[in-house]
Amino acid sequence: MGKSLYKKVFEKHAVRELAGGQTQLFMGLHLIHEVTSPQAFAMLRERGLSVPYPERTFATCDHIIPTHNQLRPFQDDLAEQMLVELERNCQQHSIRYLSPQKGEQGVVHVVGPELGLTQPGMTVCCGDSHTSTHGAFGAIAFGIGTSQVRDVLATQTIAMGKLKVRRIEINGRLRPGVYAKDVALFIINKLGVQGGVGYAYEYAGDVFDNFSMDERMTVCNMSIEGGARCGYVNPDETTYEYLRGRQFAPKDAQWEEAVQFWNSIRSDADADYDDVVRWNASEIEPMVTWGITPGQSTPIGSAIPFASEFPADERSVVEEAFGYMDFEPGSPMAGKKIDVAFIGSCTNGRFSDFEEVAKALQRNPDKVAEHVRALVVPGSQTVRQRLVEAGYDKVFEQAGFEFREAGCSMCLAMNPDKLVGRQLCASSSNRNFKGRQGSPKGRTLLMSPLMVAAAALRGKVADAREVFKA
Amino acid sequence: MEDSKRTKVRGKAISVDGNDIDTDRIIPARFLRCVTFDGLGSHAFEDDRRQLAEVNKQHPFDDPALADAEILLVHRNFGCGSSREHAPQALMRWQRGIKAVVGESFAEIFFGNCVALGIPCVTVSHADIEALKRAAAADPNADFTVDVQATTVTVGDLTVAGSIPAGPRTQLVEGRWDSTGELLSGKDLVSARASGLPYLTWSSYMAVQKGGE
Ligand code: SF4
Repeated sequence: MGKSLYKKVFEKHAVRELAGGQTQLFMGLHLIHEVTSPQAFAMLRERGLSVPYPERTFATCDHIIPTHNQLRPFQDDLAEQMLVELERNCQQHSIRYLSPQKGEQGVVHVVGPELGLTQPGMTVCCGDSHTSTHGAFGAIAFGIGTSQVRDVLATQTIAMGKLKVRRIEINGRLRPGVYAKDVALFIINKLGVQGGVGYAYEYAGDVFDNFSMDERMTVCNMSIEGGARCGYVNPDETTYEYLRGRQFAPKDAQWEEAVQFWNSIRSDADADYDDVVRWNASEIEPMVTWGITPGQSTPIGSAIPFASEFPADERSVVEEAFGYMDFEPGSPMAGKKIDVAFIGSCTNGRFSDFEEVAKALQRNPDKVAEHVRALVVPGSQTVRQRLVEAGYDKVFEQAGFEFREAGCSMCLAMNPDKLVGRQLCASSSNRNFKGRQGSPKGRTLLMSPLMVAAAALRGKVADAREVFKA
Repeated sequence: MEDSKRTKVRGKAISVDGNDIDTDRIIPARFLRCVTFDGLGSHAFEDDRRQLAEVNKQHPFDDPALADAEILLVHRNFGCGSSREHAPQALMRWQRGIKAVVGESFAEIFFGNCVALGIPCVTVSHADIEALKRAAAADPNADFTVDVQATTVTVGDLTVAGSIPAGPRTQLVEGRWDSTGELLSGKDLVSARASGLPYLTWSSYMAVQKGGE
């Protein structure tokens, strides 16, 4: 029996077995941001510990940074204080800070890959659950808590148990108008929001082979929404093409060595899996969520299911969702009036996400519906710069979207971009939890960026394939 | 250290109903705008509490009779979503502090965060959590015992068998849940392992690395 990538990478990074049975695992790349790191640095100070591998930690700021005006000091004193703290911690410990001043800032899961920091065969961690994104490169990448951030800073290792591996194979061709986001929502809908607990997901088959790196990142990003702490795609030519020439990617002779190493950690053809699930790509439709977990979704053409269609132990959450969202089971999602449209986040805030929407907008003369507030928030300063160079900022603005600075923005409620009251938001982000977008009563519908754009133009949930006819 | 051992937790129980309770609900994101964990306790479940209060209902965390509870009873997939350690930090700082959680299942990162703080999370069956919740509802003052070593939960005559994976259980029982010390003790092995990783010798990270700003 051969080995999966997960197993190979885990073994390569295993330092030793700990007394409790967990493994001490070396971390190849550690990313930090302003929200989950200050307490970890404080703990280091309290214990008089230093950072032995400062060159393997990189910092950025994303959650609290405002996206309308990033001039310092921020208007929000707490946000300013958090940033000052991050800058101070990086300086004290000689950690590279990807700062707004240098144009390197952005959502941590957008900038890591973009700079070539994330590479195949690495272990990657960050005090952020969407670290699973980096698995798109064939890395074992997962979110950790603040105590573990402390552990990584102090030792470059964490204590961790081995996960099981589930291979998710989707073969065939996706239908037109079906995006990586739909694939992610489809998988979570099928396997459940806790179906992945205890597993690493290996995404495989034609669909992932044909995906770009951005698309692979979108699906890996949402592994955690299905309960899987990490998800990955085996590295291939697409991966190497993406990495070649990036700032932190290996160069020259080391590049050759790297490709060899990367090929060696791919899952063997006869690898052993704890579970395998298969679907055909043609089964997948554009998806939209109707509830309060990312698993509560339906194809755009279908109606909201009835509670009776769910297993008995899920019905309470389904009823809770109907109450919170104020949706009737049996009614279609298409036509639901929205108040806000948000395109961005570490799920769908990359250049290709915006480019797809901008091109569709160029084909469609409509403007954002009058009652809708529509935000386009690039995932990084680099993404923003590229969009401006392509002239897409104008396309968005002319269509009635606000074109903002880079950050997490309305994905969560830690900066000025927030829902108000019971507003309903069509969002390209990853979580539709109660209150997630900043208003304790705000409501979120997850969908692909193009579906968000379609909803923005129509002022209500709509099938993007109809709104943007080619 | 004797008092870091988590062999047994005794105390009153408090129940929170519902599956898939995410960490945004345990501690809403706006309270994460902070550089310490101090003061998070009073905001545990804040939005859920407020919304119930608006319709004249009471969240268990607002029930004065339960203000000294130390064992939290929950359902399935508790603590899913964001990795924020602020969630267990808020729970352990609420009133007297939650010292153990008993539920049908836990999200992985939440579980790990709890272990790192010395909070055992015990998994029990659906029927058993229902029975434990009934006991808590029948007598809010009932004395619960979570036996971490035996992985049982007892209230009155009722004892249910639960589970905690062997590794974390050993860490909790032996008082070794604060992992930094143990990880530090393997320093030499860490450098040995690092030297075997090809990418650590590539200059790509170093070349552009100029230290802090
Ligand atoms: S974009 Fe959203 S999910 Fe991603 S890191 Fe920021 S807040 Fe978290």
